[in-house]
Amino acid sequence: MEMTPPTPHLHGDHVCWGHAHEPHRPHQLAVQQLSVSYREVRALEDISFQTECGRTVALVGPNGAGKSSLLKAMAGVIPPDAGAIIWRGQPLRAAHQEIAYLPQRGEIDWRFPITVRGLVEMGRYAQLGNWKRFQQHDREIVEKALEAMELQDLAKRQISALSGGQQQRTFIARALAQEAHVLLLDEPFTGLDTPSQEMLQRLFRSLAAEGRLLVASHHDLSNVREIFDEVLLVRRTQFGYGTVAEVFTEANLAATYQKSLS
Amino acid sequence: MNALSACLHDPILQRAMLACLLIGFANGYVSAYVVLKKSALKVGTISHGLLPGIAIAVMLTGLSQWSVLLGAIAAAMFIGLGSLFMSRTSRLDQDTALGILYTTGFAAGLIIIRRIGIRQKLDEWLFGGLMSLSDSDLWIAFGISVIAILFLTAYQRSILVMLFEPNVAMSVGVPVRWLNYGLFGVVLLVLVSSLQAVGCILSVGLLVAPAATIYMFSDRPAALFYGGGLLGALGSVIAFVIAFQTEWTAGSTIVLFFGALFLLAYIFSPKYGLLARRSAA
Repeated sequence: MEMTPPTPHLHGDHVCWGHAHEPHRPHQLAVQQLSVSYREVRALEDISFQTECGRTVALVGPNGAGKSSLLKAMAGVIPPDAGAIIWRGQPLRAAHQEIAYLPQRGEIDWRFPITVRGLVEMGRYAQLGNWKRFQQHDREIVEKALEAMELQDLAKRQISALSGGQQQRTFIARALAQEAHVLLLDEPFTGLDTPSQEMLQRLFRSLAAEGRLLVASHHDLSNVREIFDEVLLVRRTQFGYGTVAEVFTEANLAATYQKSLS
Repeated sequence: MNALSACLHDPILQRAMLACLLIGFANGYVSAYVVLKKSALKVGTISHGLLPGIAIAVMLTGLSQWSVLLGAIAAAMFIGLGSLFMSRTSRLDQDTALGILYTTGFAAGLIIIRRIGIRQKLDEWLFGGLMSLSDSDLWIAFGISVIAILFLTAYQRSILVMLFEPNVAMSVGVPVRWLNYGLFGVVLLVLVSSLQAVGCILSVGLLVAPAATIYMFSDRPAALFYGGGLLGALGSVIAFVIAFQTEWTAGSTIVLFFGALFLLAYIFSPKYGLLARRSAA
């Protein structure tokens, strides 16, 4: 099917980056009875939730609970055993150029010979494919993404010569250059110092305000309330989903972590 | 200078130098992929494993360029896929399986080649035979270079994203598995061509060192590909002239030359060299 490139448009009180010809339709992401296996072990069982663009969703649960597997399944890295991931009424895989997956920092080869600008330019490849020319338009988008993440002065740096916060911003700039609508982030706050964490938190807010949907695994329970709108509690299966106020409670967390938190 | 003018005028030497250019460029270009993929040892293993395939193909169908090519491809497939199969169906990891398969095959290849009485050819496959290349050898080298460069250039964006982070590549729809098969095929073809130049024992040198040298200077992946190709082509020709002058073995001289260049880069590169890092630290 021919896809028109996403253009920003108003949707309710925020700007959406999806298709302009159907602005009345809310951009909804629905995960339906999803089951996923990782290395032949069932990592996730019967996960269902529904959210929409403009929100930030935290995946919270103990180590090995399947948070990374859920993100990978949504990104199309692991095929699900059962269930569906529906984005705007279609399987999410059909719109893969709208999804940006940001791996855990430990999974990235920081010594790869690429600069900040080179990495952000890679974001355009999702839109351009292998053969479309990299044009002025693409250069401008890359420039804007660098500017939005305040990376212009670092554009020529090799990616290992950056701080943790700058590295995270580079990957978000890559997602911006891709014009991604859904950002799937694996532990983006891990390993950042406090100022960088606060910077990333503000960034989450503004990205959501632009109409993007952010789904992130997160293990620091102390700041979930400040950063996220919604939370999915998960340990192989789901222990609650909803707004942070409703779901992020002592009782639910105790059930998810199988122990009292006090 | 005598050596150079001799090389430029003698038809046999001209042919050998043309082969150096073609094979050097293809190997140098693909070496960027091997370096970024960090699979130098695996490529080395497979290059040794080509010998039994060639020996068996020659035994079955007689000695020709095509039997050499097909035998090499069959052997690489057998060893590559065989080790994958063994690791999946036993508790061994793939490297262990590779280690057993390729040495067993190499040993069998040596015996077969002596039995069928092409001793002199054996030396060429082990150490390269730049001086005895035929027209069709050159054409095969040319064809391989074209295929390798076209494939890597056409899919360069997908390949780069995949080399950087396979999961990210999959998330944006790059067919990672098929691309890997395609790239394996290209590495195989290029190995066959370097077999003719420097032989199976040294072929890895030609398929790693050029881009590894550029890697010491640049943070641009494209520079690794094109720079690797140019360095591979020029370096091979220069080393060939040196070999002619000194009467050293051509294949060994080429790999020695690239090794020396890499060492210099490793120590003196202003960006990532040993000295620069020492003084920065």
